[in-house]
Amino acid sequence: MTSALNPRFTFETFVVGAANRLAVTAGRTVAENPGSAYNPLFIYSGSGLGKTHVLMAIGHAAKAIASQLNIEYLTLDEYVEAFHAAIAAGQGDAFRRRFQNVDVLLVDDVQFLTNRKEMQAELLRLTEALQQSGHQIVLASDRPPAEIADLDERLISRFSGGLVVDMGIPDYETRVAILRRKADERGSKFQPGVLEAVAKVEYPNVRELMGALNRLIAFQAVNDMPINAEAASKVLGIPTVASAAASSAAASPDEFSQFLTDVTTTVGKAVEAWRARVTEAMLRWEGEGYRTARLEKLLDQDTPAAVDEAIAAYVQDVERLKALEAEVAVLDPQAAGGKVFRDPDHMDAAEAAAAKVRDGAAPPPAPSAAFPLDGYVAGPSNEVALNAARDVIAKPGKKYNPLVIAGKSGLGKTHLLNAIGLELAKKKNAIVACLSTQAFVDELIAAIDGNRVDWWRARYRRATALLLDDIHLLAGKERTQEELFNLFNQLVDADRQLIFTAPSHPNTLHGLEERIVSRL
Amino acid sequence: MSLVNFTTREITCKIVYYGPGRSGKTTNLHYIYGRVPETRRGRMVSLATQTDRTLFFDFLPIDLGQISGFSTRFQLYTVPGQVYYNATRRLVLQGADGVVFVGDSQARQLDENIESLQNLQSNLLEHGVDVRTMPLVMQYNKQDLPPELILTPADLDDALNFRSVPSFPADALHGKGVFETLKGISELVLKKLAAGSPTV
Repeated sequence: MTSALNPRFTFETFVVGAANRLAVTAGRTVAENPGSAYNPLFIYSGSGLGKTHVLMAIGHAAKAIASQLNIEYLTLDEYVEAFHAAIAAGQGDAFRRRFQNVDVLLVDDVQFLTNRKEMQAELLRLTEALQQSGHQIVLASDRPPAEIADLDERLISRFSGGLVVDMGIPDYETRVAILRRKADERGSKFQPGVLEAVAKVEYPNVRELMGALNRLIAFQAVNDMPINAEAASKVLGIPTVASAAASSAAASPDEFSQFLTDVTTTVGKAVEAWRARVTEAMLRWEGEGYRTARLEKLLDQDTPAAVDEAIAAYVQDVERLKALEAEVAVLDPQAAGGKVFRDPDHMDAAEAAAAKVRDGAAPPPAPSAAFPLDGYVAGPSNEVALNAARDVIAKPGKKYNPLVIAGKSGLGKTHLLNAIGLELAKKKNAIVACLSTQAFVDELIAAIDGNRVDWWRARYRRATALLLDDIHLLAGKERTQEELFNLFNQLVDADRQLIFTAPSHPNTLHGLEERIVSRL
Repeated sequence: MSLVNFTTREITCKIVYYGPGRSGKTTNLHYIYGRVPETRRGRMVSLATQTDRTLFFDFLPIDLGQISGFSTRFQLYTVPGQVYYNATRRLVLQGADGVVFVGDSQARQLDENIESLQNLQSNLLEHGVDVRTMPLVMQYNKQDLPPELILTPADLDDALNFRSVPSFPADALHGKGVFETLKGISELVLKKLAAGSPTV
């Protein structure tokens, strides 16, 4: 049903000149960013100036960039025929679905929409559907939308809403380039000046120019002799220099149309400049690993009012994410690098994640200032303990690790524990966790309850010393014992000091797991 | 004034043709008027004295139709060149998006050109506009006169165009250079819209 793309009709084989540069540039842009740059793109020109070539070239180029794209080229007549066939077969819906799934739809000869109200409505529906789903539509016609007789106003405004470009008659230089390339392709050689003489004729379209070239090639083949410029002019019936000059002076160029074309180009560039800014921002932040869905949405709009403000707001959010991530990285390297810090569309989630880490990073309970070392009364009963304490303070983690201070209640174990803690806390970068075993158990329970065991662990793992009072209270607390066991191993491995107090020698304590007791 | 309105999807450019008396500003507009299809142009408003000197100003609205989805309009104004109409000049200049300075190429008019340029600068300043930020092109009109009477575009560039803005030799009476000038100023004005965020 649809025509295949002619493999010869690519951008590479298209000779670009001033008259068609805009159309080719727009075509290339569309092929590179289908659906986002100019949608729809409407190309018009007189017959034989390369509309079909450009249309197919867009198809080839888009396919070369993204081979998975579903690309269809067809003339309006083919479209109409397909539609009628589908309706006759009762497959109208399937027909619509088929075309709505096309990524790049290239429709040629749109001028034949004249007097086809039903097809106009169908094409309007299709254009809207394609635009909404971000699919590209490119149309070609021999006249601008507004000049297609009897065309629905809504279609005119749809078509004009993207970019409307025209392709004019190629200028002299372009005509020479076209002739040279085509002669080359045909393997024909001409004397200097012959092609230039042909190019001087302002043929109304490239097809007639090709016709002239064909005649010369044929003439040269028949006569078995290279043709010169003069003979070429005769063969083609080109008027003399003088009369040609007179006729070109008579035809006054349409200055206003030319002006309009120039302004259209400039406005097109200016109005579309915001797209470039959005795309640039997207590329940059995508490259840094940030989600850019918000910016992408901007491109879906026709002309958003405040593009720069939107980009600025996005950048501001990204900067905030960066700051949060940097903050988190210091507190908990594992938490940093999470996806939550890469999505500016969910700032709440990022703030919450950072707050969670911040909470977890709150220092563990510190030793009480009420128990200074110089307030501890030394005597024969605690001499050994006090000496051990001094050793530990001098060389934390090295000499006695763990240190267990055992003794009946009321003998000042808690005081000594806190006193050691205070001394250890004076060291540089020290984080001393000093708390009662009961508080330790309670914290873990709260963490389990709040589903925050990870931060609870992280918090104690960062401690340079862990001091637990009344270790016997762990009896029967299996989960706490397990957590402590793991924490114990990690801290000891890292030469961090551990100190416990107990009412008697650990061996005599009941309810403690063997693996704990053996380590005390 | 609003140059680009993204809400109503309109682009409006006010371009003022400025220059000394009899330099050909109105002639520029007449030529353009003659080339714009009737459906695209509004009525040209010309308030002239009996001797065809612009008394108040000329106004020519041109509708360029839908461009990139924007309905685009150009409004071309001229100012009266004579020295004593300065209040009018200042009024017309208000809200201009671009200025075409139409200079008289005749050697004996050089002082008038310079004076008018200075007047343009001071009138823009009165509106709080720095001439350096205003899109401006120069047109050296009457280049069709005998060479012994006129200065060349290069001489005029040396004498008047110290900001090196685009300049166009012209013969406005016969249309030479008229659309080139209009195109030149349009590009400058429209490019300005691409550079900054649009005003609404």
